[in-house]
Amino acid sequence: MDGINSLRNGPDEEGRFGLYGGRFVAETLMPLILDLEAHYRAAKLDPAFKAELDDLSVHYAGRPSPLYFAKRLTEHLGGAKVWFKREELNHTGSHKINNCLGQILLAKRMGKTRVIAETGAGQHGVATATVCAKFDLPCTIFMGATDVERQMPNVLRMKMLGAEVRPVTAGAGTLKDAMNEALRDWVTNVDTTYYLIGTAAGPHPYPEMVRDFQSVIGTELKEQFQEAEGKLPDAVVACVGGGSNAIGTFHAFLDDADVRLYGAEAGGHGIDVENGHAASMTGGRPGVLHGNRTYLLQDSDGQILEGHSISAGLDYPGVGPEHSFLHDSKRVTYAPITDNEALEAFQLCTRLEGIIPALESAHGLAQLMKVAPSMGKDQSIVLCLSGRGDKDVESVGKYLGLL
Amino acid sequence: MTRIEKRFAEAKAANRPALVTYVMAGDPDLATSQAIMEALPQAGSDIIEFGMPFSDPMADGVAIQLSGQRALAAGMTLRGVLDMVENFRRKDETTPIVLMGYYNPIYVFGVDGFLAAAKAAGVDGLIIVDLPPEEDDELCIPALKAGLNFIRLTTPTTDDKRLPAVLKNTSGFVYYVSMTGITGAVIKSRGAVGEAVERIKGHTDLPVAVGFGIKTAEDAAEIGKHADGIVVGTVLVDAVGKSLADGKATDKTVAAVRDLVADLASGVKRARG
Repeated sequence: MDGINSLRNGPDEEGRFGLYGGRFVAETLMPLILDLEAHYRAAKLDPAFKAELDDLSVHYAGRPSPLYFAKRLTEHLGGAKVWFKREELNHTGSHKINNCLGQILLAKRMGKTRVIAETGAGQHGVATATVCAKFDLPCTIFMGATDVERQMPNVLRMKMLGAEVRPVTAGAGTLKDAMNEALRDWVTNVDTTYYLIGTAAGPHPYPEMVRDFQSVIGTELKEQFQEAEGKLPDAVVACVGGGSNAIGTFHAFLDDADVRLYGAEAGGHGIDVENGHAASMTGGRPGVLHGNRTYLLQDSDGQILEGHSISAGLDYPGVGPEHSFLHDSKRVTYAPITDNEALEAFQLCTRLEGIIPALESAHGLAQLMKVAPSMGKDQSIVLCLSGRGDKDVESVGKYLGLL
Repeated sequence: MTRIEKRFAEAKAANRPALVTYVMAGDPDLATSQAIMEALPQAGSDIIEFGMPFSDPMADGVAIQLSGQRALAAGMTLRGVLDMVENFRRKDETTPIVLMGYYNPIYVFGVDGFLAAAKAAGVDGLIIVDLPPEEDDELCIPALKAGLNFIRLTTPTTDDKRLPAVLKNTSGFVYYVSMTGITGAVIKSRGAVGEAVERIKGHTDLPVAVGFGIKTAEDAAEIGKHADGIVVGTVLVDAVGKSLADGKATDKTVAAVRDLVADLASGVKRARG
């Protein structure tokens, strides 16, 4: 089914999705990522690996996640039927566990004895700390000092799970600085350490591997929707920071040309506000950072900007390389959603459906709210509700003046 | 003979390793940085590695991170780095200059335009940390075509199987990273460094310089027994940082670097004595 014109064939052997991706790392790390790739290829072909992952997905993570018809939101918007793919119901409260389970099994296979990871909002940090507790591996989570402060509940969860949380003060103390620091740790502890990257970005094979582990979202969704409505959905929406939930949701639909795909980027204070957003595709240019070529927020001299978003999980100046490819090829429509639009969607979802979404997912919902009303009532639009919003209630409360 | 070849040949004739010094362009400000650069050859530096500041130096320790931040805060750009090299070349025709940094600023500048400008400014070679041989088409091959050396890092993780691929398009010299780690960390075993240098020499006729973790004249003398060159960076940019008052250069700034380089040069001279 993946023919020569398929959009699902990437990456090539060099880890490229068209112009994007690649292996832009220091020589010290090069043998490690080649080794990782070899192990990943072998694991993919091993039925025992798949069986163990499937078993954990069901009994530990709680898959499949439900497909839910959001009746009141549908009525409120007055257009297409609105559905949620409920990734927030997974163990640890987001889609991040899908990738962590896959990679921890790989780390075990490779005989690694220590795990490191970066985290922004803390969702990936929590998921990593969780699988490390389960598989008895020591883990160190790098987290920007600014994020440590604004995501305290997740910091506490990681610590309780036995992880060491290392606050990173370099730069602005957010996700990109945490990633720099994790790379510095990895380059130092090459023999023992597995770097469990949380998003579909970084040097090859990470973008491919993380996508593969997250693709369960779209594959399930396709089946569930077929069962519910007997067809394909008309549109699918997901938020994009690094873009792991989005690529996991979109991948199964890339060759279904009739399914419109929307990625919601963090528009922050607005795409016209300099350094006031984190929309790398709609407001950035191609560059090379953290091992891959992709769209980046950067100045005219190629220095990386910090970006801004109300959501710590979208606050990253880059994006996974496959999204850059899908942006250029126009298969996916990426659009910026401002902080205020996300806050509005957050409240609407909470009040109408009794579901508190993560601020990240609220960006996706805000995009859905722009698209759904102009669609027909016989049409359907699905949001990947990637995470739950418990971690955000305090910061949203502050914005709304409730605290 | 290129400037780099000539320098290594001269050092070899004097039976000592070449001293390669790294400083960050534009740290702490343009004028002071230019003065530091110009003081290096006189103090005993054979080759200058000139850092191109980058916002996200993933392979560097705290000292070089801070140095780059100071340079960027002082307004340094890639064009500015090339201008400094051009100024230097008006006074010094012989000291090789190797630009060291990360790929993105060059990619954004435009590879062809950058290579032409670098050649015109008097740059001799490039060390780009995040361009392994797998990405040679990006900059390495165009740089060689433009007449610039492309100096590759080899590391303890580069085994004999991989080494030929790493050395294939390397020119000028080979930079052996003494450890798995970031700049400024501590070398655990000097003996292992010597063995590694011998191993690399079994694969290439190029000079092998050793860097990362060399801090004192004693380190330089010890490591320099086996290596054709010694690279020192972190202690120099650290000296710049420590000489500042309220983030600004003082009358001690240039002297601090000059004195350290003179001391390291003495270590290099007695390496094989």
